[in-house]
Amino acid sequence: MPHDNHNHHTHEMSELSDVELRVRALESILVEKGYVDPAAMDAMIETYEVRIGPRNGAAVVAKAWTDPDFKAWLMRDATAAISSLGFTGRQGEHMIALENTEKVHNMVVCTLCSCYPWPILGLPPVWYKSAPYRSRAVIDPRGVLADFGVTLPEGTAIKVWDSTAEIRYLVLPLRPEGSGHLSEAELADLVTRDSMIGTGLALAPVEART
Amino acid sequence: MNGAQDLGGMMGFGPVLPEADEPVFHAGWEKRVLAFTVAMGAAGFWNLDQSRHARESLPPPDYLTFSYYEIWLAGLIRLLQHRGIISNEELAAGKSIDPPKPPKRVLTADIVVAALAAGGPVDRPVETAPAFAVGDRITAKNMHPFSHTRLPRYVRGRPGTIHAVHAAHVFPDSHAKGLGEDPQWLYSVTFAAPDLWGPEADPSLTVHVDLWEPYLERA
Repeated sequence: MPHDNHNHHTHEMSELSDVELRVRALESILVEKGYVDPAAMDAMIETYEVRIGPRNGAAVVAKAWTDPDFKAWLMRDATAAISSLGFTGRQGEHMIALENTEKVHNMVVCTLCSCYPWPILGLPPVWYKSAPYRSRAVIDPRGVLADFGVTLPEGTAIKVWDSTAEIRYLVLPLRPEGSGHLSEAELADLVTRDSMIGTGLALAPVEART
Repeated sequence: MNGAQDLGGMMGFGPVLPEADEPVFHAGWEKRVLAFTVAMGAAGFWNLDQSRHARESLPPPDYLTFSYYEIWLAGLIRLLQHRGIISNEELAAGKSIDPPKPPKRVLTADIVVAALAAGGPVDRPVETAPAFAVGDRITAKNMHPFSHTRLPRYVRGRPGTIHAVHAAHVFPDSHAKGLGEDPQWLYSVTFAAPDLWGPEADPSLTVHVDLWEPYLERA
């Protein structure tokens, strides 16, 4: 399991306990003062741990791959098209879809913090928020892609989108070859989280992999 | 501000290390930090831009070595202390001592899921027309405010092209100072890699940055 040198994995246990103690103390104060409802906190955690994640985005992509009208709507007004599938809210108020083609590959970053489309991808992974990704995505995206094991065909242009405002981006990955016979649900299984950030590609169907 | 948060183009942090089957949270305390940070945002003592500014105001050595949720925790404590919402004595004791300042709103269990699903759009109607149109050549201003800005250092002073006119959005630079929403036109601006990184840069790379009108001048 790779370890990120910017997260707590590398900290000693005693430091972890210290953070835990500080967090518990702060939560107690905030609850006692009536600012925070612990039951609301539990509901929020459940929302982002269980209910909202990249399967939402995969459903959007699979629908765009199979329904030309929906795709046209997604490219014209992503906020409305995505909300028609029930995916709305915090950190997804203003959505734009970016279509990958044979000639153009899109990749999304937030160099200044961690802006990420929560309603369709959930909370961002550690690497997305880390200094290595945020520093290099805008200057060496091909090197970043190599870290993910992705090499683009020669001649592919790269567009990197730095999420500096409240616009959030969804990459519409290239539909894999040999996927023509698959249903929308089967197609959604080929859509990885990373393919919707632009650090990965959609998976090939099982038939194409053998 | 030219803080440690402004990472675009820095070098030496090493490779990106994706984690296979990464869990949403890596420890129980991270969940609590996420949840009480969002809940305290709803309480209305500060706005989103002020909370971002609190995080980027951490000393760079702290910002670059803290984990993500440690940054959130430190930023939140900073906001609570600076606004006199909790005292050092309370933090040390782990309990409330002083009477609470009244919050604007409390995110209770019955409304939290609906509030998250509603979100908080930041586009605003304005009377003025956008100063720039798609295709216009602009230069990002060379400016270095000590306060919050969303103009990254790597585009300052660089030429670019207006790719899209989004809408007028809440202007973070004013909002973070408590000067109101001050909506300004927001654009997608395209920068060619050689204009950002020099003649050796990959000519097939473009970087697209969302920038407000006060950051831009006609080239």
